[in-house]
Amino acid sequence: MSEWWTYELSDFLLFSDRVYIRLFELHNAALWPAQIGTLLLGCAILYALLRPGQSGARFVPLALGVLWIGIAWTFFWQRYATINWAAPYIAPLFMLQGVAFIALAAGPGLALPGSAKRPLGYLAAVSLLLLCLFAYPVLAPALGRPMATAEVFGIAPDPTAAATLAVLAACRGRERWLLMIVPLLWSALTGLTLWTMGAQEALVAPTCALAAGAMAVACRSADRGA
Amino acid sequence: MASTEPTRRAMLLGGTAAAAALAGPPAWAQPATAQSLIARPIPSSGEPLPIVGLGSWITFNVGNDPKLLDESAAVVAAFVEGGGRMIDSSPMYGSAQATIGYALRKLGPPAHVFAADKVWISDGARGREQIEQSRALWGIRRFDLMQVHNLLTWEKHIETLLEMKASGQVRYIGITTSEGRRHSEFERVMASRPLDFVQVSYNVLDREIEARILPLARERGIAVIVNRPFRQKDLIRHVERHPLPTWLTETGAKSWAQFLLKFVVSNPVVTCAIPATTRVDHVRENLAAARGMLPDAALRVRMADYVKQL
Ligand SMILES: NC(=O)c1ccc[n+]([C@@H]2O[C@H](COP(=O)([O-])OP(=O)(O)OC[C@H]3O[C@@H](n4cnc5c(N)ncnc54)[C@H](OP(=O)(O)O)[C@@H]3O)[C@@H](O)[C@H]2O)c1
Repeated sequence: MSEWWTYELSDFLLFSDRVYIRLFELHNAALWPAQIGTLLLGCAILYALLRPGQSGARFVPLALGVLWIGIAWTFFWQRYATINWAAPYIAPLFMLQGVAFIALAAGPGLALPGSAKRPLGYLAAVSLLLLCLFAYPVLAPALGRPMATAEVFGIAPDPTAAATLAVLAACRGRERWLLMIVPLLWSALTGLTLWTMGAQEALVAPTCALAAGAMAVACRSADRGA
Repeated sequence: MASTEPTRRAMLLGGTAAAAALAGPPAWAQPATAQSLIARPIPSSGEPLPIVGLGSWITFNVGNDPKLLDESAAVVAAFVEGGGRMIDSSPMYGSAQATIGYALRKLGPPAHVFAADKVWISDGARGREQIEQSRALWGIRRFDLMQVHNLLTWEKHIETLLEMKASGQVRYIGITTSEGRRHSEFERVMASRPLDFVQVSYNVLDREIEARILPLARERGIAVIVNRPFRQKDLIRHVERHPLPTWLTETGAKSWAQFLLKFVVSNPVVTCAIPATTRVDHVRENLAAARGMLPDAALRVRMADYVKQL
C-alpha cells in the first residue's frame, strides 16, 4: 500500500457499530437454541478442569475443537463475511485452531491440571473461564443493548477465544503455548476493531487475553517451583 | 481572513431552483422535487448532473440483514424520489453494491440513476471480471461511470476502461483518491489520460485540491466528484457543538450539514458531492443543499474562515 503512513485504523473499518451489533442479533437468532448447548459444553469443560485426574483430557480439546470449527464456518464464513471481506481470511485460522485441538484429542490429549497442586494462577484461570461463560453474554444488556445481541461462548468468537485462553492457562503441557497463538491474535484484532468502532467493550477481549497469558505464566512458574 | 459584508451575497442558480427557493422551498425533511435540484454539466459530454449524489462507504455495508437492507433501500428511494442521480460504490465497500442492487430492484430500476462504481483489484488482467461482478450486484445493464479506485494498478485498468468506453460498456471513466493521498501521481494521470471524471476529498477544512487539482480539472475538462464532504461525519460532530452563524440564511443553508455541503458544491469546478448516509431525513437534507442559493466566492471565504476559527 502506498503512503501507508497516511492511513488510520478507521480507514480499514468497513462497517458501523449498528451493523456489527445486528450481526450478533441475527447470528443468535439463526443458531438458537444452540447457545444453551454451547454453554452446557462450557460447563462440562469447567467441570473437567475442576475435577482431579485426567479423564477429561480428550474431551476438553475435542469440545473446543468442534466449537472453533463451528465458529469458523457459521460465524466467519457465513455471517461476518457478509460485511467484512477479510473474514474469509480469518476463518482458516479458526479452522486450524479447531483441527489442532481435535488432533490433540485424538493424540495425547490436553494435560489438565488434574490432582496436581493448584496454584493461584490456576484458580484465576478457572474464574476467568466462569466469567467468559456467564458474564460475557450479559455484557450486551449491561451496555444497554438487547440480550438478543449477546456474545455467547461457543457461538461468538470473542468469548470463545477468551475462554479457550483461560482453559489453556489452567492446563499444562508445552502444546498449550502454541494453542494460545490464534486466540491471542484474535483477541488483539477484535480489540482493535471494537476500539476503532468506538465500542465501550473494546478492552474486554484484550484484557481477558492479557490476564490469561499472565495466569499461564503464573501456573508455569508454580509448576517449576513445585 | 477578513470576513465579508453580511449582504445577500449569494448566487441564484437555475431558473426553477431560484423560483422554488423564492417561493419558500419545503423543509429539508420533506420529500424534495426532482426539478428543483441544481445540476452541473459533465464537461466531456454536457450531460447535466445534480450537484449532490450519494456515497455508500460503510453506510450500505449491511450484509444480508433484512431490516438494514430495507432501511438502506428507503435511503436510496428518498434519494431517487428527491431527484438525486449519482450513486457511488466500490467492490471495496463490503456488501454495499449488493445493497444498492437490492434497493434498485425494490424501486424497479429508476431510469435516471447515474451508476458510478470502481475497479479495485491489483491484478490488472482481472479488471473486467470484477466490473462484471459489480454490474451483476447492482443489477443494471451497464455502469455510467467506472473509476479506478485509489489509483490501484491504474495503467492497466485505464486501458481496460478506455476499451470498455469505446465499445459502449461504460459511459464515462475516471480515477479516485481520498484524503490528499498520491496527489502528484493523480495529477500526472489527469494530465496524461483522457478522463471524464476524477474523485477527490474536499471540504471546508481540507482544501488542498483548490491549488492544483481543481484548476487542472477545469483546464482538462474533467468532472470532479467530491468524497468525504463531512470527513466521515467528524466535521459535523466538530461544528455541531458550535452555534450556526447568524448569517446562515445568506448561504442558503438551514443546518450545519447543508452549510458544509453548500460550501463544497458552490465551488464552480465541483460537479457533484457524494455524502453517504443511513438516514432518510439526512439524504433529504443533503439533497436540499442542491436547491436554492449557492454561496459566491466571497461568501465561501467567509464560510471557511468561520469554520476554521471554531
Ligand atoms: N477513494 C475513494 O474512492 C473514496 C474514499 C472515500 C469516500 N469515497 C466515496 O465518497 C462517499 C462519501 O464519503 P464518506 O462516506 O467517507 O464520508 P462523508 O460522506 O463525509 O460522511 C458520511 C457520514 O456523514 C453522516 N451524514 C450524512 N449526511 C448527514 C446529515 N445531513 N447530517 C448529519 N450527518 C450526516 C453520515 O451519518 P448518518 O448515517 O447518521 O447520516 C455518515 O456517517 C463514500 O461513501 C464513498 O462512496 C470514495
